[in-house]
Amino acid sequence: MSATLASPAAAAARPVTSPGGGRRKAGRISAQVFMLAAAILWLTPIVFAVYVSLRPEKETNRLGYVSIAHTLTLSNFTTAWKQGEMWRFFLNSVWITLPAVVLTLALASGVAFVVSRLSFRFNIALLILFTAGNLLPQQVLIMPLYRIYNDIHLPSFLSDSGLMYDSRFGLIAINVSFQLGFCVFVLSNYMKTIPIDIDEAAIVDGASLWLRYWRIVLPLCRPAMAALATLLTTWIYNDFFWAITLISTGNKRPITSALANLQGQFVTNQNMIAAAALMAAVPTLVVYVLLQKQFIAGLSLGSTKG
Amino acid sequence: MSSSSPEQVRLPVAKRRRRRRSITLTRRDKLVATLLVGVPLLLDLAFVWFPALASVALSFTKWTGIGSVSFTKPCTKPAIPGLPAKDGCFFGVQNYDRAFNRYPDFWPAVQHNVIWLIVFMLVATPLGMLFAVILDRGIRGSRIYQSVLFLPVMLSLALIGIIWELVYSPDYGLINSVLGRTGNNDQISWLGNPHLNLWSILVEAIWRQAGYVMVLYLAGLKAVDPALREAATIDGATTWQTFWRVIFPVMKPINIVILVVTVIESLRAFDLVYITGKGNPVRGLELLSVLVTQNIVGETQQLGFGSTLGVILLVIALVPITIFLYQTFRREARP
Repeated sequence: MSATLASPAAAAARPVTSPGGGRRKAGRISAQVFMLAAAILWLTPIVFAVYVSLRPEKETNRLGYVSIAHTLTLSNFTTAWKQGEMWRFFLNSVWITLPAVVLTLALASGVAFVVSRLSFRFNIALLILFTAGNLLPQQVLIMPLYRIYNDIHLPSFLSDSGLMYDSRFGLIAINVSFQLGFCVFVLSNYMKTIPIDIDEAAIVDGASLWLRYWRIVLPLCRPAMAALATLLTTWIYNDFFWAITLISTGNKRPITSALANLQGQFVTNQNMIAAAALMAAVPTLVVYVLLQKQFIAGLSLGSTKG
Repeated sequence: MSSSSPEQVRLPVAKRRRRRRSITLTRRDKLVATLLVGVPLLLDLAFVWFPALASVALSFTKWTGIGSVSFTKPCTKPAIPGLPAKDGCFFGVQNYDRAFNRYPDFWPAVQHNVIWLIVFMLVATPLGMLFAVILDRGIRGSRIYQSVLFLPVMLSLALIGIIWELVYSPDYGLINSVLGRTGNNDQISWLGNPHLNLWSILVEAIWRQAGYVMVLYLAGLKAVDPALREAATIDGATTWQTFWRVIFPVMKPINIVILVVTVIESLRAFDLVYITGKGNPVRGLELLSVLVTQNIVGETQQLGFGSTLGVILLVIALVPITIFLYQTFRREARP
């Protein structure tokens, strides 16, 4: 934004620096050409996939993907939806993503509140612990985690396998634990920017620690929480690795990892796989269209800390 | 929402500290604080840090994951050759020896991870930064460009793998059709040819990573004080000079974030390769992360050896993680 809000002084200075003027104009044109080319390159694979998914397999087998379409149809989408039982995987995703996002935010905001509001000795150690945990490659954890998940028994209402392994509960647990670090980091930075005087007024009024967290600090964090919720929803929904390694029953997989099963199921029909994959992207595309600002704000909060 | 604006109302540190101490907590407050920190801490320790450390311990054992594991009982030759030992046993550094000297996929995997990292550093990241710098100057249509370039960041890597399979398809795909190489004899197998497929996958990865870096960098650029830029312009600096001499140096924190993201993402690279191989190993696409996973979702489970590969990944990952933590928390640790 800052560039478009350049002050009058800078704007007035521009014509004066005429030696660079011609070059600057050439630069602007080449920047425009470069960005246009990049945008076309970036869109091509997506447009191509949509085009292929709208065409019957028989036709593309005869003509190839790069050809004029004789028929455009949604049948790949409907067949994938029915035969691939996509609704089931969508539901799985909803039941994993929603609880995981809510839990992560609830737990992370608690830690962030204590770390940013109370001074106790291990504050920074705690922050480092959480932040570093989120930076580890997932593969570093998976061997012992796999075994731990096979050792923890759960009551049948939490897991029909009776184990943490291959259960929705287990997948939520690891997503929450793993994403906690990032959210604690972002929220604690955000809370530190909220003046402590606001709390102090409440303390004078005799508010308990819980009330200060729940009624005062948390509502003030709404913008950060909204941004994080958008990020987390997308990340957890898009998670592939945890679901592939910790869920063995195909039916229980959330949609992103189920794409791997569908690949096997429609092995010869790439058009249908493309249709299924594009359908799976719909929720993230909704986020992209409606909440892009929130998403970007979340990333910015994580990367620029004041 | 710029994170710098609330920062300005931040109280001086000394004042804040003094005030914090004056707050007395009731017993109930202390319980609440303990719970607020304790529950998440327990989760983080149980499901992140314990497994990470257990990986290190398990990397010195030989274990199929069945039965129990002993860290003291050395492995002995099985009574009947070929029959795997039931319980895990202490294997010393033999897993490491196997990885470094006898496991044919290990060095190719390391090499591919290094190539991945170099390509991210030299292509994806600079490209994303270039996008950000251009967009930050506010050229016409920059909002649309930003949206388009950012789109792949929203998509799952599994989906990206599937989309690009259509582009790379040897007989029907976009590239071979354009090149006229869809015939049975002259097809280019972009994802199958072991000399080619890593580069093909890297194009997919760059396609996503550049947009990611762009957004991060754009956030950093917007946080830069506009007065700096104006001063440079008035002094007659060109755009190029302004960026390299003025903007880039003040963006050191964000540059480190991007460096860390670049390294970590290169180490995590997994989904694209898994989807491309449909779960099977593909020659030319060996990566450390993929080798680890093969020891768990593959046919034979080797928790010990898999952990060894995981620990090697961990040791490499600790470098960028330490840099990031040092950069981030150094300021706060100081009283």
